[in-house]
Amino acid sequence: MKIIVAIKQVPVRDSQLKPEAGGRWIEEGDLSFEINEPDAYALEEALQLKEKHGGEVIALCLGPARASQTIREALAKGADRALHVEEEDTAGLDTLGVAALLAEAAKRESPDLILTGLQSDDLGYGQTGVVMAELLGLPHATIIMQVEAGEGKLRVKRELEDGWFQHVEMPLPAVLTIQSGINKLRYATLMGIKKAKTKEIKKLAAADLGGKRASAAVLEKVYAPQRTKQTQMIEGDAKTAAAKLVEKLRFEVRAI
Amino acid sequence: MSGVLVVMEARGGAWNRMSFETLAAGQQLAAGLGVAARAAVVGSGVAGLARELAGYKLEKVYAVSHALLGEYTADGFAAAVEALVRRDGADVVLFPHTYQVRDFAPKVATRFGRVLVSDATGFRAEGGLVFVRQLFQGKLNADVRVSGDGPQFASIQAGAFRAESAEAGQAAVEEFAPELAAGTIRQKPEAPFRESARAVDLTAAEIIVSVGRGIKEKENIGVVEELAKALGAEMAASRPICDNGWLPMERQVGSSGQTVAPKVYVAVGISGAIQHLVGMKGSKTIVAINKDANAPIFEVADYGIVGDLFEVVPALVAEVRKVRG
Ligand SMILES: Cc1cc2nc3c(=O)[nH]c(=O)nc-3n(C[C@H](O)[C@H](O)[C@H](O)COP(=O)(O)OP(=O)(O)OC[C@H]3O[C@@H](n4cnc5c(N)ncnc54)[C@H](O)[C@@H]3O)c2cc1C
Ligand SMILES: Nc1ncnc2c1ncn2[C@@H]1O[C@H](COP(=O)(O)O)[C@@H](O)[C@H]1O
Repeated sequence: MKIIVAIKQVPVRDSQLKPEAGGRWIEEGDLSFEINEPDAYALEEALQLKEKHGGEVIALCLGPARASQTIREALAKGADRALHVEEEDTAGLDTLGVAALLAEAAKRESPDLILTGLQSDDLGYGQTGVVMAELLGLPHATIIMQVEAGEGKLRVKRELEDGWFQHVEMPLPAVLTIQSGINKLRYATLMGIKKAKTKEIKKLAAADLGGKRASAAVLEKVYAPQRTKQTQMIEGDAKTAAAKLVEKLRFEVRAI
Repeated sequence: MSGVLVVMEARGGAWNRMSFETLAAGQQLAAGLGVAARAAVVGSGVAGLARELAGYKLEKVYAVSHALLGEYTADGFAAAVEALVRRDGADVVLFPHTYQVRDFAPKVATRFGRVLVSDATGFRAEGGLVFVRQLFQGKLNADVRVSGDGPQFASIQAGAFRAESAEAGQAAVEEFAPELAAGTIRQKPEAPFRESARAVDLTAAEIIVSVGRGIKEKENIGVVEELAKALGAEMAASRPICDNGWLPMERQVGSSGQTVAPKVYVAVGISGAIQHLVGMKGSKTIVAINKDANAPIFEVADYGIVGDLFEVVPALVAEVRKVRG
């Protein structure tokens, strides 16, 4: 099975985020970056499918030069090679623009299966995989919690709301968007890290892939949300704050 | 025909409640743009639902019906909604941001060469159309300006509009049977199921103490369990805690877990992503303990403590024990 996994590099969780001066994106100067969480699960799922069925795992990333670090990490975990669509101005692309470039890069590999994360931690559109599927004319399923690959077809477990699930079957090739928690993530081994240095990262530019589409949905302004709720913030050191909160829970809420 | 078209969601003859929040949003957007609002229900045998929908202030209601739409499939629904939008000619198409909509609406938008502005919390008709949506799981907001010809597509976040504010009225129902061929539907769905009987019913709890990834390690869960014990509360958790197996799945609160509304909900080390908030926003009193003063959980909290949970929670346990004796 030839599997492509779309991985995105995003700011590490719990980063302190500030809108940049122009207000079109965030200040990135002081941030560190990591693999988008569900993409790590998508990569793990691809590696497990390869272990079962053989084949190849190719990491696919669109992002600036700094994304090569995240790509290396994917290679260290076991991806065989990578495609890096190098693009500095990612904020200037909308989802369709990103998906079109990723789809074009993927198409040239004629994969059996494309995995993406369910949703990016930064933009959170939750749709790049679905759009890629449509552009490539492939069937898809989203929010996947289990993958069984058979001869020319797939049976997957989709998550529905409120703790419900559903199995869905579809022919290969196909696109799946993977939910966090589908499997247990592996760590890169020392051996893996060493091997990664010799693996191929093929660089592509938007121009090689049919060029950039004009954006039809533009991030015009990024800003801190306004608080609408009147939260009573309880001040003081831990002991003082705890005592005040218990008092409130006793006399205002009458829960203790 | 210009206008705003709201695509409602129903399964097994029952509405997804978020549909009416989106209906309210659609009516408001239409009023702002000075155009008509219309709504559609898609499935098989949807006449009854369409009749119900006809009791709202809408120009028209579509009953989009076909035997192949009885069971949801991405291919079937995308084809049906695409045909509907082409026939209707709306300027804006709105969906509730449900798991089903995530699965097919981006496909529809792509067929029109558009982008689905997903999970929007608001909009402004301001020299064109601007949608407001969250970035970074609610830590920042963004204005997204859409442009270009043809319909604009957006899905509306749970809880962003009030279902009760949908205006009543009277609309005519139009039946629409899209042309669908069984051979073009590639997904073969099986019957939905639940993993296991739920042993714990969190909905009955008076007080819930809920733990998130701020707890860092499985070994630390006990710190928060002590607080639950002192308060006589049930333990719950955000999704990553259950994904990691630190607490059983049945204690997960949120869009894919349980929806709870206790008298008091104490969120410890939980950031407050929308998928968690939808499961606990209805609680009478919400207490949040988080080291990040900008965490979105404070947006819904009645009482907040900004601090390290490893200091605050043990202090709370001591104080509760003092008054409970
Ligand atoms: C389709 C879909 C369905 C989902 N369903 C659900 C669901 O049902 N339920 C759910 O919960 N999530 C769900 N999620 C995931 C959700 O989007 C969030 O990723 C998740 O809720 C985050 O969990 P968290 O707040 O525990 O972790 P994080 O977002 O990592 O937040 C941890 C918080 O702990 C704080 N913290 C860290 N250290 C400390 C400390 N020492 N003291 C105090 N505070 C500290 C941090 O400031 C941070 O705010 C779903 C996502 C998707 C896409
Ligand atoms: N720039 C990118 N490079 C690689 N993969 C991406 C990129 N943007 C989005 N994706 C993939 O699409 C998924 C969904 O992203 P989004 O639609 O932005 O929520 C992510 O989890 C990634 O797997």
